[in-house]
Amino acid sequence: MQKRRMIKWLLVAVVILAGIGSYTTRSKQATNQQSITAVGSTALQPLVEAASEEYSAEHSGIFINVQGGGSGTGLSQIESGAVQMGNSDLFAQEKAGINPQKLVDHKIAVVGVTPIVNKKVGIHRLTSKQLIAIFTGKVKNWQQVGGKNLPITLINRTQGSGTRVTFEEYGLNGRESAVAQEQDSSGTVRQIVSSTPGAISYVSFGYVNKDVQPITINGIKPTERNVMDNDWKIWSYEHIYTNGQPTGLTKKFLHYLQNDHIQKTLFNKLGYISVKDMQYQRTWQGKISKRSGVE
Amino acid sequence: MQDQKLAKQLFKKSKTARYEHFGRFLCFCALLLIMVIVIGIILFIATKGMSTFLKDHISMKDFFTGTLWNPGTKTPDGHAAVGALPMILGSFLVTILAAVISTPFAIGTAVYMTEISPKRGAKILQPVTELLVGIPSVVYGFIGLSVVVPFVRNVFGGSGFGILSGTFVLFVMILPTIVSMTVDSLKSVPTYYRQASLALGATKWQTIWKVVLRAATPGILTAVVFGMARAFGEALAVQMVIGNASLMPHNLISPASTLTSVLTAGMGNTVMGSMQNDALWSLALVLLVMSLLFNLLVHFIGRKGAFSK
Amino acid sequence: MNRVQKQSQVAIIILKAIAGFVVLILAFLIGYIFITGLPNVSWKFLTSPAKAFSSGGGIGVQLFNSFYLLILAMLISLPIALGASIYLNEYAKDNWFTSMIRTSIEILSSLPSVVVGLFGFLLFVVHYNFGFSIISGALTLTIFNLPLLTRNIEESLASVADDQRQGGLGLGLSKYETIIHIVVPAALPGIISGVILCSGRVFGEAAALIYTAGQSAPALNFGDWNPFNIDSPLSPLRPAETLAVHIWKINSEGIMPDLTQVSSGSAAVLVLAILIFNLSARYIGRKVFEKMTSMN
Repeated sequence: MQKRRMIKWLLVAVVILAGIGSYTTRSKQATNQQSITAVGSTALQPLVEAASEEYSAEHSGIFINVQGGGSGTGLSQIESGAVQMGNSDLFAQEKAGINPQKLVDHKIAVVGVTPIVNKKVGIHRLTSKQLIAIFTGKVKNWQQVGGKNLPITLINRTQGSGTRVTFEEYGLNGRESAVAQEQDSSGTVRQIVSSTPGAISYVSFGYVNKDVQPITINGIKPTERNVMDNDWKIWSYEHIYTNGQPTGLTKKFLHYLQNDHIQKTLFNKLGYISVKDMQYQRTWQGKISKRSGVE
Repeated sequence: MQDQKLAKQLFKKSKTARYEHFGRFLCFCALLLIMVIVIGIILFIATKGMSTFLKDHISMKDFFTGTLWNPGTKTPDGHAAVGALPMILGSFLVTILAAVISTPFAIGTAVYMTEISPKRGAKILQPVTELLVGIPSVVYGFIGLSVVVPFVRNVFGGSGFGILSGTFVLFVMILPTIVSMTVDSLKSVPTYYRQASLALGATKWQTIWKVVLRAATPGILTAVVFGMARAFGEALAVQMVIGNASLMPHNLISPASTLTSVLTAGMGNTVMGSMQNDALWSLALVLLVMSLLFNLLVHFIGRKGAFSK
Repeated sequence: MNRVQKQSQVAIIILKAIAGFVVLILAFLIGYIFITGLPNVSWKFLTSPAKAFSSGGGIGVQLFNSFYLLILAMLISLPIALGASIYLNEYAKDNWFTSMIRTSIEILSSLPSVVVGLFGFLLFVVHYNFGFSIISGALTLTIFNLPLLTRNIEESLASVADDQRQGGLGLGLSKYETIIHIVVPAALPGIISGVILCSGRVFGEAAALIYTAGQSAPALNFGDWNPFNIDSPLSPLRPAETLAVHIWKINSEGIMPDLTQVSSGSAAVLVLAILIFNLSARYIGRKVFEKMTSMN
C-alpha cells in the first residue's frame, strides 16, 4: 500500500516537473510569437487562409488564424473587438445591427455572381426581364422562356447571405425573390442545381464548373472582363473590416493581401477580381462611378 | 483525560465513513456541474429568445401564427414577418413521421438481437449500429442528396426535396440510437421473467409480446424520446434534403423547413444582438420548449404503461 | 400445431424479416460510403496536409485533430458523467426533484448542436478568450456530450441487479465502496458501449465545432511535442479543424477540383476510424472487465 502511494506521488511530481520544464524550455520563438485572428465570410475565407499560410511561411513566428462563421459573425465580432479582422461579403452599412462608425473598410477583391441552371434546361441566355420573372415566381415552366417543358425549381441562398443580397440588388434590380428552397452554402447550391432537373440558382464565378450552365444576361457573358467594365452588373466587394485603423501585424498583413503577387496568383485560382483591375467603383448605396487612375 | 480522548476517537468519523462522504461529495459535485451547465444553457437561450418579444416588441401572435419568415421586414398586411409556424409544423411532421416509421423497425431489430438470435446480434448488428451513430450528419445529408432525393423525385414526383425525403434520412439516422437503447432496456429485463413465462406454457412470441416488451416499456419509450430528440435537433442532414423553404407544408413532397435548418443556416448571416438574430434565438427557445413537452408527454405515457412490479 | 404456436412462428419470422431489412439498410449505407470513398484513400492522403485550391490534398492534420479532441473531450466528460450518474442512480432519492434533473438532462441532449456550439463560442471563445482552439472545442464537446453519456451510464448502472449491492453492503463495505468496487465493474460493459456510442457522436460532430475549434488546420510541426509551443500538435490553444468539420467545409464552400474524391475519401476514413476505435475500446473493455471481476 505504502509503496503504491509513493509511486503515485512520484508520478504527480514527474508530471509537474515535466510541465514546468517544457514551459521554460519552449522554443525561443514562442516569446515573440504573434497571432491575429480573422473571422467571417466563408466566401473570403479560402483566400485569406491561403494568403496567411504564405505569409507565415515567409515570416516565422507569425500565426494568422482564419475562421469562417459568416459575414454576420465577422461583423459582430469585429465590432465587439474580439478579433483583429472581420471578413464580410457586404458593406457594414448594409447589415442591420452594426454601427459602421468605428469600422474601417478594406476592399480586398471583387466577385461576380452569375445565375446557373441545370444542364437539361437547355437555356444559355435570358433577358433581365425573364430572369426577374423567373425569380419572382411569375414564370413557372422553362417552356415560357424558350426552354424544355420542365417546371422551374428555384433555389435561393439563405436570407442575409452576401451572394443573395448582391443577386437581388443587381440581378433582380432590387426585387425580392419568391419564397423557395434555401441553401446556406455555394457548394450545396451547385450540387443541387447540377442534380435537379429544372433548377436555377446563382453562385459566384469561382463556383461555376462543368456540371452547371452559367447564364448570359441581355447578351452579356458572365466573365471577369465584363465585370471590370461594369457591363456585367451583378458583382460585389469582399471586405475586411478592422476596428479603427489597423496597426502592427494586422496592418502588415492587409498590405500583404493587396500586393501584386497575391493578387496575381491566388485571385485567379479563386475566380476573384483584383480591385486594381476594376474600371469602376461602387459605394454602399450602389452609386457607380468611373475609377480614376490607380489608388 | 483518557476518557475524553477515547470519546473523541469514538466520535471521530472512521476512515471508511470519511471515504464514503468524500466519494458522495465528488459525485454530487459532478451532478451539480451538469446542473449548472444545463441551467446556464436554458437561461441563456431563454433570455436570448425572449428578447424578440421583450426588446424588439414582436407580438407572440405574429410569431406563432404568421406564415411568412423574413425578419426585419413587414408582411403585406403590416405585421412583422416573423411567422415561425411553417418551421414549427415542419419540425413536428418530420420528427413524428421518422419516429413512427423507425420505432417498429427498431423494436423488431432489438428483439431479434436480444431474444431470437443474441449471438448474431452481438456479433454483427451491435457493432454496425454503433458504427452508424458516428457517421457525421453531413455524410448522411450527402447520401440523402444523391440517393434519397432522386428516389423520391422519381417515385413520388415533385422536386424530391421535402418532408418525405427528410423523414427517410432521419429514419436511418435515428434507427441506431433507438435500436441500441432498446437493446439495453430489453437486456435489463431479468431472465427469470422469461423463464417464468415460458414455464407457464407461453410461446416465445407471447413471452416477448406480453412480458419482455411490457417490462421494458419505459426503457423503450426513453429510447424513442432520445431518437426523436436527435431527429428534432438534427440540422445539417435535414437541411440538405428538406429544401428549406419557409412555406406551409401542404403535402409531403413540397419543400418545407424545420426550426433547426433555418436556425443553422441563418446564424452566421445575422449580427449578434440584432432583431434578425434574436428571432433565430426565439426558434431555439421554441425548440427547447417543444422538447420539454415531448419529454413530459412520454414520461406520462411511460408511467401509465409501466409494468407494475 | 395449434393457433398460438403458429402465431408465434409467424411473428418470429416477421421479426427476422425486419431485422434483415434493417441490416440491409445499414449494409447499403456502409457499403456506399466505402465503395465511393475507399478508392481515394492512400497513405499519402492520410498523411499530407489539406490543399485549398489544388487537387491532391490530404487529411493528415484533420485526422490527428479528430482523435486529439475526442480524447480530450472524453477525459473531461467521463469522470463528470460517471460521478453524476452514480449520484443520480445510487444516492438521489426518487422524488420530483430527481426526475426534474433527469428531464432537464434529456432536454439538453435534444438541443441542436449548433446552439451548443454558439453557447461554447460566446462562453469559451469570446468571454474567456480561449480563441478558436482545441480547448474551446473540447469544452464545448463536453457540454454536448455530457447529457447522453450521463444517461447511458445511469442506464447501465440501473441494470446491475440489486443483489450485487446487497452483497457488498452485507460484507460490510460502505455504500461508496460497494459502488466503486462492485456496481461500476459489473456495469462496465454497458458503460463501455455508452462511451463508444458517445465517442462516435463526438467524432462525427461538426456543427458544435465550427464556431469553437475552428475551421482551419494550420500545418503542425510533428517533431515538436511541447504543448506550450503553438505549432506543436499537443498545443491546446491552436485552432483545430476535425475530419467531420473538414467534410462539411469542403462540401459547402470548397473549390478544389477533386472535392468529391476528398470528401468521400474523408467519410470512408472517418467510418473506418470509428470502426477501429470501437473494436479496440471493446477489446480493452473486455480485458478490464475480466481483470476487475476475476478472483485475485
